[in-house]
Amino acid sequence: MIGIIDYGVGNLFSLQSSFRAIGQEAVVSGSAEVLSRAERLVLPGVGAFEDAARKLRETGMGDFVRSQAAEGKPLLGICLGMQLLFETSFEYGEHPGLGLLKGQVVSMAGRIPQGLKIPHMGWNRLEWTGGELLKPSDGEFVYFVHSYFAQGCEDSLAAVTEYGIPITAAVERDNVFGCQFHPEKSGGVGLAILDRFCRI
Amino acid sequence: MITKRIIPCLDVRNGRVVKGTNFQGLRDVSSPVELGKYYSDNGADELVFYDITASAEGRRLFTDILKEVAATIFIPLTVGGGINTVEDFDRVLKCGADKVSVNSGAIRNPDLIPQAARLYGDQCVVLSADVKRVEGQFRVFAKGGREDTGMEAISWIKRCVSNGAGEVVLNSIDTDGVKQGFDLDMLEAVSNAVDVPVIASGGAGCEEDFVELFQRLPKVDAGLAASIFHFGQVKIPDLKKTLRDNNILVRL
Repeated sequence: MIGIIDYGVGNLFSLQSSFRAIGQEAVVSGSAEVLSRAERLVLPGVGAFEDAARKLRETGMGDFVRSQAAEGKPLLGICLGMQLLFETSFEYGEHPGLGLLKGQVVSMAGRIPQGLKIPHMGWNRLEWTGGELLKPSDGEFVYFVHSYFAQGCEDSLAAVTEYGIPITAAVERDNVFGCQFHPEKSGGVGLAILDRFCRI
Repeated sequence: MITKRIIPCLDVRNGRVVKGTNFQGLRDVSSPVELGKYYSDNGADELVFYDITASAEGRRLFTDILKEVAATIFIPLTVGGGINTVEDFDRVLKCGADKVSVNSGAIRNPDLIPQAARLYGDQCVVLSADVKRVEGQFRVFAKGGREDTGMEAISWIKRCVSNGAGEVVLNSIDTDGVKQGFDLDMLEAVSNAVDVPVIASGGAGCEEDFVELFQRLPKVDAGLAASIFHFGQVKIPDLKKTLRDNNILVRL
């Protein structure tokens, strides 16, 4: 069973449906008791980092996720959920993340060439750099929507995408995985990535 | 780099796609779920569902259908039609929509776009503008293109974007249905005025119209059409190959 962590951020309907589409039972829950029975955890998220990080703290889900990851349970962060895996975000101030991966989340503004639109929204190509989850998806297009990105994460980098500069598209370190793009909105390529996560 | 997007638009009334299609192999050519899946499997980068229902009963049917679509199709979904309040945003987002497009609702209620952008983020709010030339000016029309609002379109679109619209669908009433190509002059004026993605709508009749659109106006991000896709005059996989052969980046 897949446990989709519900901490009051974003709409989890598509994510749950996409697991169902690949024949996996997925439970959406905010209960540590329910989620601790899951074999794998997914940390979703849309919106602002500060708000999401605060909700993780207030619901106790942050500590729960950290302890589950420390026990070796596979964890996949998606979009803002991936950004929350890092140490720090500089989205409107400076905010601590879960610190499961080394790196910081920074704005694209001023770092990508002028004339490129922010958010980075649409289908962009994956360039695999390491790890197991993304390897078969090298060169495929996936769907992105974000204005901030992770850097300083060389030790977990799994894939980049080119948007004037290389943008962190996925990370992987031991049992901790993250996708900046939305696998649940990336057609068959995205479903294949979720399917591989279920077999790791 | 980000690809250009090709987006079919499906008008839905009382839970059924209006204007039948002639696709082989579809059991039910008016089923939004089957048609949506067909497009998703055949290269569409995104789908737009437009609810043209007037009744409350039809609206409930639409949200049921939308849920079914979102449980079956895993590409971005934009939903429009009858979006007048943030409660309408909430209703369709809960059914699995990724973006919500507003048109007359934003004209009637100037607070709708800023309110929705604050709640759901700019990337979620799409301004759909029906624009027509009147007395040498680009004018915004409301109520499905039937009513001249008297507002100049470029300043209206700029205002909506600065209020939080994260994307603009520009539908030219002048070229809509004519099938002689997109309204490049109007699109150029809009894409020079805003720095959010602009989606061209109205006027496409053949593959070459999309090639011309993206070659002449590299700032335009996507092309949207309805009947030419529904009736198979333009097949999306062929269109994308043609675009690729013309050095336009697409997802194949």
